Formats: sequence, C-alpha cells, structure tokens
Amino acid sequence: MKGTGRRVAKTANEAFAEAMRQIDPDVVAAYPITPATEIVQIFSQFVADGLVKTEFVAVESEHSAMSACIGASISGARAMTGTSSQGLALMWEMLYIAAALRLPIIMAVVNRALSAPINIHCDHSDTLGARDSGWIQIYSENVQETYDNVIQAVRIAEHPDVRLPVMVTTDGFILSHCLETIEMLTDEEVKEFIGEPPVRENLLKSLEENKPITIGALDLQDYYFEHKRQEAEAMKNALKVIPEIGKEFGEKFGRSYGFFEEYKLEDATVGIVVMGSTAGTGKDVVDELRKEGKKVGLLKIRVFRPFPFEEISKALSHLQVVGVMDRADGVNSYSGPVFPEICACLYDLEKRPKIVDFIYGLGGRDIRKEDIAGIFDGLLKIAETGKKEFNLKYIGVRE
Amino acid sequence: MEEKKKTWKELPEGDILEGGTSLQFKTGNWRSERPVHIPEKCIHCFICWISCPDGAVKVDEENGKFVGFDYDFCKGCGICAYECPKDAIKMVPETGEEK
Repeated sequence: MKGTGRRVAKTANEAFAEAMRQIDPDVVAAYPITPATEIVQIFSQFVADGLVKTEFVAVESEHSAMSACIGASISGARAMTGTSSQGLALMWEMLYIAAALRLPIIMAVVNRALSAPINIHCDHSDTLGARDSGWIQIYSENVQETYDNVIQAVRIAEHPDVRLPVMVTTDGFILSHCLETIEMLTDEEVKEFIGEPPVRENLLKSLEENKPITIGALDLQDYYFEHKRQEAEAMKNALKVIPEIGKEFGEKFGRSYGFFEEYKLEDATVGIVVMGSTAGTGKDVVDELRKEGKKVGLLKIRVFRPFPFEEISKALSHLQVVGVMDRADGVNSYSGPVFPEICACLYDLEKRPKIVDFIYGLGGRDIRKEDIAGIFDGLLKIAETGKKEFNLKYIGVRE
Repeated sequence: MEEKKKTWKELPEGDILEGGTSLQFKTGNWRSERPVHIPEKCIHCFICWISCPDGAVKVDEENGKFVGFDYDFCKGCGICAYECPKDAIKMVPETGEEK
C-alpha cells in the first residue's frame, strides 16, 4: 500500500520540522545555529500554534540542549533536537552520555564545516567527528530521504534491542535551504508507523514513591567495560533492525531503505563511495559515462553507524578500483575519515580492489559533474594500467 | 569469598541502578587526617554538621547535641575543623592504627 500523503515543496529544514510536528515529541530542547536554526524555529511556531503537545525548552547552549534531552529521555519522554557544526561539537561529552545511557534521542544534524576558519557551509566534518560517540548515523541524499529518515529514526532508536540515539543528517544549504518536491505522509500514517514509545520498566520505577534509581553512577574498572560491551551489542543489533524498518517503511509508503544504495554498481569495473547530496550529482555522472560505454557505478552510504562492514565489502568486492569521496579531511597525512573504513572492509577479500581517496567539498566548495567525471577517469586509468599513482587527491582546491 | 560480578548480559541496561548505591562505597579510607572532637570546647552550634560536604557529622536532632563523626564516609577534608568557631575539632594524622 502506498502512502496517501501529498506532494509538497519543502526544504530539508522544513521537512525536518514537519516530521517533528508529525512525531509530536514530548520534549524538544534546542539552541539555534546556522544552517539548522530554521528547524527548531519553524517547530517553535508549531508549539506556539498548539499543533503539538511538545514541551519546548529554549536553552542557553547546545551542551544544555543535549543535557535537557538526556533528562527528558531518562524520564521516558520522546526527546528531539537539531543542530550543526559547532553546536554538535559543544554537545560532545553529552553525545557519549546519551548513547551510553541508552537513550533513544533523535537529532537532526545539518552538516556544516567546523571552525576554524569560520564557515557556515556544508561538509561532513561535524558528524564524522562524532562517529565513535555511540550514535546511529543516517545520511540523506535529498529532502525526501531526510524526511523519511527522521520518521524511521524514531522506530530504530526506540527498538528494545537497540535503544540508542540517532542522528539524521542533511547537507547544509545544499539541502537544508533548497526546495524540493517531496511526498509527505499524513499525520495519521506517521503516528501509526512510530507508535507509542515502548515502556521501560526500570525507568518507570523512578516515578514510584520511595523507589529512587541512580542513572549514570560511577562505574570503575569492574563494571564500565561490561556497560560499554552492552552498548556495542546494541549497535550490532541496529544492523538487524535498520533494514527491517526500512523495508516496512517501503511496504507501507513505497520507498524502501537499506544500509546503502547501489547505483549501476553490479556490472561496474570501477565505483565511487559517497555520502549525502553528492550522490545525486554522482548518479548523473554515472549515467553520462555509461552512455559513453564506461562501466562506472556508485555506492551511496546511508547508514554510517552502525557501519555495514560485511554488506559494503560484498557490494564492492567485484570492482577493480574503488574511489572513496570524503567530504571531510582526517588531517592525518593520508585520508579522510570514510576511506580507512572502506579499506578495512575490503582487506580480507581474496581479490581486493585497488582503492584511492578523494577529499572534496570542504567548507561548502561546490562539487561539479566535471569533478566527479574526472574522478571516474582517474579510477578507469588505474583499472587499465593496474597502477596507482596516488592514494589521496584533493578535488576542487586551487593548487 | 569473592563477589560474583555480573556479566554484560546480566547487568541492567545502561548504567541504571537502584538508588543510594553510594552507601555501599565507603570513602572513609581516602582519609589522611581525621577530625577529632573536643567535647569540653563544643557548644553544639552544628556549624560542622551544616558545613560537612559528605554528611559525615552525626547529630542528635531531638536533643540538639553533636554525637560524632561517621568515619565510614568522612574523607578528612578538614572543613569542619576550619569552620568550628570554638576550635572544638582538631585534625590529626591517620596512623592506620585507629579503626
């Protein structure tokens, strides 16, 4: 059965806000930051207009925003927030606490470069820096995916086998401020899909008189490791839950989701790995090069945490050359943050592809079709000659 | 007998415990100096009781009397001795001999 929603023109920020209105969380605590400001600004209007029951907490910083969400979530409430870049950076210590306390908080993150130099435009350095914080990370190619991902995030986060916070990302300005026609679900469809948050007996006890609980107590050499092991298992469980929910979403509303999307990859000899809006540009380039008879393909990562190690390994195993496109620099002398992960999942293959990294688009630098075509040409040359003349190239920077 | 510690599969999820677990954690052994009460100087003003960051000063509320220190939790910070207006508390080095 397909959704009965309507087609509407929305920016990703508007889509985030609309999804939040339909989810109607118990608590939203947020502090404004470009380019994510609009999300909670629009949402606060929904609160003022009485369209949601949400308790909106206007806090004094992002650190407090995440802290307030943690407090709300501990009490069993559905809590959401939104931020970008420096805001996410300021939340840092609370990110780890939200995950380790197993709180299903949902956060909209509009990807923006980290300072310095100060910059408000898109790259992925903010969320990729938070890759080990214990949050599930779902990246969006366009506004439709941004919207769909938020709705699914609620189910993923609250699944009893998971109970981890989820950040859904969208590309700053490229998606956050650009109109796209999307299909929204009806309010009823969203309500039915997400359901009520599962009851957590151990938390409910805290509301009973004379039965206080302690959350986040000191946990030294003798128990900390066990609690981190639980968290690791929850992330592993998310590998099972995410595609199930993506499939259910597809069955109900016509748009299915997995860990990643393979675009003309099956019979390709070379392929790029990409996240976010660049995937859209990349697919256009694949189409054009295919017309010239070049066997090129693309893998778009949707779920970066948990990292679908075996699945990506399998999807790329037949390629001769893989090019990773990193919209962040690891500033480590050899690669961006996505590259080593792709290398790792290819390492044990009997016959593994050659692999190179391309760092692009920092601070919102435009990535053009010609740039991606150039990347593919470079990969095809490696396939042809069997020789790698570089491990890392910067794309679009003035040399 | 050694305490059987729970595995990660047996532990409650996400560091959520019953309340008041700090009572099981005797922090008194962190102490290098201990407060000693001098009864003849004490006026039972309770300034030590209100100043103690660990709730380790025991008082008899009904009779308004200082009772003693809870050495299970007193960390020996010396705030009580410093605040006492009558010098009725002195700090002495822990020798390890007293209980």
